[in-house]
Amino acid sequence: MMRVVLPQHLRTLAGTGAEVELAVPAPVTIRRVLDALEARYPMLCGTIREYGTGQRRAFLRFFACEEDWSNESLDAELPEPVTTGREPLLIIGAIAGG
Amino acid sequence: MSKVRVLVGTKKGAFVLAADGKRKDWQVSGPFFAGWEIYHMKGSPVNPNRLYASQSTSWHGQVIQRSDDGGATWSPVGNKFAYYGVPGTHQWYDGTPHPWEFKRVWHLEPSLTDAETVLAGVEDAALFKSSDGGTNWEELAGLRGQGAGTDTYAPHWQPGAGGMCLHTIIQDPANPDRIYIAISAAGAFRTDDGGKNWKPINKGLVSGFMPNPTGEVGHCVHHVAMHRARPDVLFMQKHWDVMRSDNAGDSWHEVSGNLPTDFGFAIDVHAHEPETLYVVPIKSDSEHFPLEGKLQVWRSRTGGNEWEPLTAGLPQKDCYVNVLRDAMAVDTLDECGIYFGTSGGQVYASSDAGDTWAPIVRDLPAVMSVEVQTLA
Repeated sequence: MMRVVLPQHLRTLAGTGAEVELAVPAPVTIRRVLDALEARYPMLCGTIREYGTGQRRAFLRFFACEEDWSNESLDAELPEPVTTGREPLLIIGAIAGG
Repeated sequence: MSKVRVLVGTKKGAFVLAADGKRKDWQVSGPFFAGWEIYHMKGSPVNPNRLYASQSTSWHGQVIQRSDDGGATWSPVGNKFAYYGVPGTHQWYDGTPHPWEFKRVWHLEPSLTDAETVLAGVEDAALFKSSDGGTNWEELAGLRGQGAGTDTYAPHWQPGAGGMCLHTIIQDPANPDRIYIAISAAGAFRTDDGGKNWKPINKGLVSGFMPNPTGEVGHCVHHVAMHRARPDVLFMQKHWDVMRSDNAGDSWHEVSGNLPTDFGFAIDVHAHEPETLYVVPIKSDSEHFPLEGKLQVWRSRTGGNEWEPLTAGLPQKDCYVNVLRDAMAVDTLDECGIYFGTSGGQVYASSDAGDTWAPIVRDLPAVMSVEVQTLA
């Protein structure tokens, strides 16, 4: 199982804690993680990636093993500590706004 | 005894305010969806416990929430708003073509006859319909000229300062095929066939900022109101000017009369007196607050032109709040109640048709919308 940390607003929307565990088939990519996340929590559809384009929403970023994966290909394989659940994939909201 | 439920959308969540028919002692519930912008909430006239709410943030986009118990609990439903076909372009601020892009739902209008059916007015301007309680949404694309036999000049629509939003939806209670909508800054439109074909209804509007001030489209309509008993009579708060139509929008004439300023956003009609109107005059389009720091609702009992200020209980000095287009509503109790919310977080209520006012709450986040349900 891999682990995903959600931003506050998505925790309340999905009714989860800060972290959710997901079974994601290899190769584990951000696209596959999001597919699994949205299948488990359909209310998150459209809130992390845009409908239509499937692209990351502008004010969100992805971090894995202390590296910014936001601009990597959604189909790039995530690092082994994340795919095995030792480290979480972080979905982080931009610190912006009022 | 009758009760009222006031649904308040704010910049940082939703609130439900409830009272009995005396409208003196209020119970405040919320915040629901804390931290999210709630552009609008509204209940079904068929099933008052069925509520719909538009929830959004710049981070996570649009969510639609539904309640089946009068707002005590909520569930997210469908949030996929896909424009019909190839969306095309409208004009950008600089006049260049800009592709239609969905941003948020400004207004939700539940059907007058079916609790599962609801209309949504969105930015970039379009009208969507759900027939399954908000789970799935389909565009009524004739409004943008898609597949329609009539031209609404959609490629010429242009956003106002607040975006290009479809913010007003009015269903004709006497004719289920007739719907009025309004868009900033395109104008007002009407369908007479349930949403297949639409036509601009802006004759008589004059907007000095437009290259052609009397153009078919391009007017910055802020809000439109109608009394259920006279669905052919419409009242409009335009960017500047308060307007009236007696022929379902085919033509308009100005009824600003003695208003101290005819800029504003909100407009509504008394529940039992079709010629009694309410507006909140705002100083100007560059200074979105009341004149001289005095918060005043102005009432006309003559269908416009002759207006009187209503000030009792409202701050008459140092008040610099705004009242947005969807932030005024009326109840249908015997003595009509009027409600409005401000950008300062106050929700004011009058239980005597506007003669006197008192705040229900003073310190909510900035209020974006107010709707009222009168419950048996």
